[in-house]
Amino acid sequence: MSKLSIFSKGFFKENAVFTLLLGLCPTLGTTTSAINGLAMGLATTFVLVMSNIVVSLVKNLIPDKVRIPSFIVIIATFVTLVELLMQAFVPDLFEVLGLFIPLIVVNCIILGRAEAFASKNTVGDSALDGLGMGLGFAMALTILGGVREILGSGSLFGIHYMQGDGMLVFVLSPGAFLVLGYLIAFINRLKKA
Amino acid sequence: MAKKESSFINMALTLFIVALVASTALGYVYELTKEPIRLAKEKKVKDAIKSVLPQFDSLGTKYLVLPSDEKDSLIFYPAYSASGQLIGTAIQTYSNKGFSGYIGIMVGITPDGKVSNYSVLEHKETPGLGTKMKDWFKNPEKPKSSVLGRNPSNDNLTVSKDGGDIDAITAATISSRAFLDAINRAYNTLQDKEGGKNE
Repeated sequence: MSKLSIFSKGFFKENAVFTLLLGLCPTLGTTTSAINGLAMGLATTFVLVMSNIVVSLVKNLIPDKVRIPSFIVIIATFVTLVELLMQAFVPDLFEVLGLFIPLIVVNCIILGRAEAFASKNTVGDSALDGLGMGLGFAMALTILGGVREILGSGSLFGIHYMQGDGMLVFVLSPGAFLVLGYLIAFINRLKKA
Repeated sequence: MAKKESSFINMALTLFIVALVASTALGYVYELTKEPIRLAKEKKVKDAIKSVLPQFDSLGTKYLVLPSDEKDSLIFYPAYSASGQLIGTAIQTYSNKGFSGYIGIMVGITPDGKVSNYSVLEHKETPGLGTKMKDWFKNPEKPKSSVLGRNPSNDNLTVSKDGGDIDAITAATISSRAFLDAINRAYNTLQDKEGGKNE
């Protein structure tokens, strides 16, 4: 696999949200606006890159039978680091995402990439894989959040383009499922063409 | 390098080292971020006090008062002018009756009993509905839904559906009730405290 395809597969071919349907809990929960989706995606990207690097560094030191618990401890450590750092230096953002940051631990994309890619590949490739998958995830969350914000709040990235409130249902949970469903259908259509 | 064998000693040792490194790193970062986190929280409270009271010169010492109907104390921050006159009291109040539980609000009350302003500190209400309480109750274009300048002893600060004077947030009556519950709790506790002083 070429370096470029390791990086780019996360955006389209193996996009975590649109193709693999992994990590849907933070996906549906945080994407009430484009900026929330973007921030959640970037926080996940950070954890994904760091955990992929560390997992591929220690892959030969960890006996097979305890690899999953070790990976989970590594991932949980990075998530807690992100949580503490966000709380200290970007408290406003933390207020919005605070509830969802700990959920990054159980995001199956991260453990999935550690298990399926980082534990079998070199450090450089693993970092690239984490970056690609993470940014693909961030892209998906931003699009989902953007669509929900446009329809539900009448704004994009907090900038109002119209008076009034928009269709509330898109900001609530059912709207997340509706928009995700249509986006996946759209992406599948693109793939066939 | 060959993979380590999954023998008992290898597994125990690996898990021990992984946990040790992880906890050391966390402990270090926790110490590192402790101060900035404390400052950020303090700044948030200070900003909230500033936003809910008219221009003031100094803050008196904060004190806690237990409201008559709930189990947790409200925090009072008295604010004074340069000449030592009481300008108002910022009260960190709360309600547990929100759509999703706890709502924390900072409200400023001037000595004549009027609500000068408020700021929502913490809530888990529905985005797009209950979250509107941030601006809804201080919109100058909608005086019927505003609590600013109202005196809870003259005005009935409950939602109009319950026979009060305040228009609730559209489709978020429960959040509105909880919001007004918190404001009334602050006012009543302030009155109780002052009443107690005069005795």
